Amino acid sequence: MFEELVKRDFKKKYKRTILGVGWSMLSPLLMLLVMKVVFGQFFGRETPHYTTYLFCGLLTFNWFSGSASAGMRSLFGNAGIFTKVNVPKYLFIFSANMQVLFNFVLTLLVFFVFCALDKVSFSWKFLCLLYPVVTLSIFNLGVGMVLSALFIFFRDIDYLWEVFMRLLMYGSAIFYSIDDMPARLQLVFACNPIYRHIAYFREVVLDGAVPSVSTHLVLAAFAVAAFAAGAWMYRRYNTKFLYYV
Amino acid sequence: MCDTPAILSCDNVSIRYQVGDFKSIGLKEWVMRRLTGNYKVVDFWADRDVSFSLDHGDMLGIIGANGAGKSTLLKVIAGIMEPTKGRVVRNGRVVALLELGSGFDGDLTVRENAYLRGALLGYTRKFMDEMYEVIVGFAQLKEFEDRPFKQLSSGMKSRLAFAIASMVKPEILILDEVLAVGDGAFRAKSEAKMREIIGGGATTILVSHAIDQVREMCNKVLWLDKGMQVEFTDDVKGCCDRYELFLKEGST
Repeated sequence: MFEELVKRDFKKKYKRTILGVGWSMLSPLLMLLVMKVVFGQFFGRETPHYTTYLFCGLLTFNWFSGSASAGMRSLFGNAGIFTKVNVPKYLFIFSANMQVLFNFVLTLLVFFVFCALDKVSFSWKFLCLLYPVVTLSIFNLGVGMVLSALFIFFRDIDYLWEVFMRLLMYGSAIFYSIDDMPARLQLVFACNPIYRHIAYFREVVLDGAVPSVSTHLVLAAFAVAAFAAGAWMYRRYNTKFLYYV
Repeated sequence: MCDTPAILSCDNVSIRYQVGDFKSIGLKEWVMRRLTGNYKVVDFWADRDVSFSLDHGDMLGIIGANGAGKSTLLKVIAGIMEPTKGRVVRNGRVVALLELGSGFDGDLTVRENAYLRGALLGYTRKFMDEMYEVIVGFAQLKEFEDRPFKQLSSGMKSRLAFAIASMVKPEILILDEVLAVGDGAFRAKSEAKMREIIGGGATTILVSHAIDQVREMCNKVLWLDKGMQVEFTDDVKGCCDRYELFLKEGST
């Protein structure tokens, strides 16, 4: 069943679009270009490999934001199904996430091409990148479950979420560096799961280092916490969603 | 056979809906109403203390006027909703056909929808590969199979839904006004198919406003009125007569 749902989501997304898959890779690139032009002059001078630095941030942030908004609507969008057939509802969120994950992987490939163009040195350490991909996938699923449940109850949550995402974007140090900031402010960034994932990417790709054990534990903790919250909501409200659609 | 447990039983099932301010108002509105004390929720019992039990091979007809709680009861039996009070015991796989034609995706083709629906009903891909031709043949949609679903008429949609659902061999089959769809020819065909499924030992629940159909096909009948259980009996004929009398009295 999961397979069929995933197929449906893919078909719906790419049907009747000539650019199709290409477009979903092009749009982050355009965003990269815009940011490079706008911020390159201000922040680009002190940061080496600024394009790669930016791309690390955009790649991760876009994945999260795409996942969250697709997940948020996935349950409501399938209301016609789950009010008529008794199906496990989390499958809708999982399926929506597969779609975004696929996009992410494509963008990741483009990212590696950019790394090569930016003369970043590749090493076996790049294999570490699998780790944040896994933790962020789980984190995304959890956030998607929570949001999709909230979206059923409060249909205007998407506006609030949009505002929050804007805030998060500026708060994730996508186009600037937090190195020169006071320690207390840096602590705030350390609590931001998206920033932590971006930082992991940068550490591996730009510094050629393997992040510390504590970083790994923190990422895992974020993922588990988000997933647990989502699973809890789904257990609790599983048979109640129906009353709200 | 006599001492086998009932394949499906409902004990004092009650279902409460809440109506009022709680849905589709959004977070801002919800907060405002909570603060101003304007938040009103009214309970509404769709079903109250409904009890019945069915044995292997039974066919139950559920009758009652609109709003009697029939569809809600079916949703509980299908496991889509939980009863607020009471409990439902199912000793078999349930396949429910509720409001046919809905739950399909308008942008996908007939073929894609068939596979999706099949998957939702728990069919394996292999099973669908084998049965697909039979399904499309039965629904008489062969020439439409690559058309987007939204271009189909509602009768065609229901036909496809029925065709898919009837391929499975469920222990318990739930039909909500299914047989009322389709033209005369398809109706005859689907009734024959229904008999085949019942003959295969499935326990079937049928909700219908076509009282003659209930009289003809069912061996037990449950009469609901405004959520209350009026009768549950195997005296189908007697109950249908009383129901018809009740309808007549109501309209005069």
